[in-house]
Amino acid sequence: MAFAGTDTYVATDDLRVAVNAAIALQRPLLVKGEPGTGKTVLAQEIAKALGRPLLTWHIKSTTRAQQGLYEYDAVSRLRDGQLGDERVRDIANYIRRGKLWEAFEAEEPPVLLIDEIDKADIEFPNDLLQELDRMEFFVYETGQTVRARQRPVVVITSNNEKELPDAFLRRCFFHYIRFPDPETMERIVAVHFPDLKKELLRDALGMFYEVREIPGLRKRPSTSELLDWIRLLLVEDVSPETLRARDPGKLVLPLHGALLKNEQDVMLFERLAFLARRDSR
Amino acid sequence: MFTRFFYELRQVGVPVSLREYLTLLEAMKAGVAAYDAEGFYYLARAALVKDERHLDRFDQVFAAVFKGLAREDGTADGGIQAEIPADWLRRIAERILTEEEKRQVQALGGWDKLMETLAERLAEQRGRHQGGSKWIGTGGTSPFGAYGYNPEGLRIGQDAGRNRRAVKVWDRREFRNLDDGLEIGTRNIKVALRRLRRFARTGAADVLDLDGTVRATASNAGWLDLKLVPERRNSVKVLLFLDVGGSMDDHVRLCEELFSAARAEFKHLEHFYFHNCVYESVWRDNRRRGERIPTLEVLRTYGADYRLVIVGDAAMSPYEIVRAGGSVEHWNDEPGQVWLQRLLAAWEHAVWLNPTPQRHWDYTESTRIVRRLVADRMFPLTIEGLDRAMRALMTG
Repeated sequence: MAFAGTDTYVATDDLRVAVNAAIALQRPLLVKGEPGTGKTVLAQEIAKALGRPLLTWHIKSTTRAQQGLYEYDAVSRLRDGQLGDERVRDIANYIRRGKLWEAFEAEEPPVLLIDEIDKADIEFPNDLLQELDRMEFFVYETGQTVRARQRPVVVITSNNEKELPDAFLRRCFFHYIRFPDPETMERIVAVHFPDLKKELLRDALGMFYEVREIPGLRKRPSTSELLDWIRLLLVEDVSPETLRARDPGKLVLPLHGALLKNEQDVMLFERLAFLARRDSR
Repeated sequence: MFTRFFYELRQVGVPVSLREYLTLLEAMKAGVAAYDAEGFYYLARAALVKDERHLDRFDQVFAAVFKGLAREDGTADGGIQAEIPADWLRRIAERILTEEEKRQVQALGGWDKLMETLAERLAEQRGRHQGGSKWIGTGGTSPFGAYGYNPEGLRIGQDAGRNRRAVKVWDRREFRNLDDGLEIGTRNIKVALRRLRRFARTGAADVLDLDGTVRATASNAGWLDLKLVPERRNSVKVLLFLDVGGSMDDHVRLCEELFSAARAEFKHLEHFYFHNCVYESVWRDNRRRGERIPTLEVLRTYGADYRLVIVGDAAMSPYEIVRAGGSVEHWNDEPGQVWLQRLLAAWEHAVWLNPTPQRHWDYTESTRIVRRLVADRMFPLTIEGLDRAMRALMTG
């Protein structure tokens, strides 16, 4: 039951070790890294590789830990009570299960993705400590204890907007997805575009890393942007020659909108291209 | 087992606790990683490090501690760290070598002899990462070449597609720029400043409080009782005083970044400029420095709930702080320290951020004076320093 990457996901050695450690010891895996380096995709790929269902819990700034366990729908019950519905006598009818409950009660242990945990309130991770540790919680309304049949594989992603509490961190394995080096990147692109011409790939990668190296970019393009860009290049059928030619009449690289997401960055890029052109004359 | 490794990590400020340590041991027992040094490195990293800022420090300690790989005989302080890796090496070798090779090993004097030689080679190897002809492609002349031993990668045995590993992974120190002691960028600053966020409900009650309504309605025996609450807002108010000109020119970029990050983070942010030390007037716009605002007016305008952040290198002549008329720009009737003390008395939550590295502080007389004036609440303008400063502002 070891994870070794899939045919659509290139996992580096260190990532593999971290994932397998988390699976073997049944601890949550905390994944951080630049946006667009495949944090969320990782959970999907783990689920795919292990042949388990994936449950995703997207965290927003208003999400509370309790919502992951269950919610008591008092408003429905109140309405039913006033309409004289019979269901009202059983409070269990108004308990709505959260993602964690679903994961605990699932037939086969799923992969549970808690996405962008740092978006929530600073206390959020603390409220989940016991639940993730012991994989059980207590439902006050019905007096029952929900226990995990089998411990799910928990993957948690964070974008570093808030610091996570120490007590929470201690319970997790941690992996920081580094920006892939050119060689790994080549493998990643090959996985996504198997028929890509070698030349085009080499030129595109070269330019991509060049763009990333521009000092002062607000948002450096990452893996997902590179993949988008290559997809566009393919759709537009840009030949390697055009890509390489850097036509002096055209200032920027073709379809740069896929790589640069910020008008200041585009302006900076155009200015640099202009300077480069002037120098070359 | 790795007690020394554990304590050295703690010593350099990687917050590992017993829990993580036990997790690592547990994972090793479960056989999560392959028995090779790299697998062990990755596993230890995933189990012990919980923040990318600490990765670089981890790498350094790892390199330092497991240099003991070389001291197989356990001399000097090598006791603990030498023992384990030798064991690991042996296991790999056992797994990989063919029967014939094992016989060759015996011919060479047995395992111990081989391990010893290997350890020596490793010790030698540490010094030059670029390697040389001695180590690679020996064509069977060296005992290690024969088993496909790649000394640079610390890898025993053949492994496809690994030729790019020129240096041990932990020696490459790829996470250096994530260490918080070193670099600062707008995004990092923002994360640090966010510590200061304190949400509170202020203003008119215009948001439906669902939980409150349900509770109130229930206790009203079902009669709807709507409850409203004000919206949550970041209620922290910040006064930023920035030193400009003179010796601060070197730090302009850093201060700009801090300023732009702070402006995005706080709704209530007031900023003022001064030169070297705060005197009876400050200004808001560097292009119109003539338009001065009396410091007294600033003192009167902003309430005690503001938090004071002064950014400056505090490098000046001591006279500029302690003497009347000490200013380099104009005649000041009262010495700078009187004004500083007034600011600090008006806003008790205050910190001084200093862009010069902390180790230089003690060499400057004025820095020492200012540091005493702000009661040691001076922090370096690094992510880590900013972080401490924000903590001090929250509690202090």
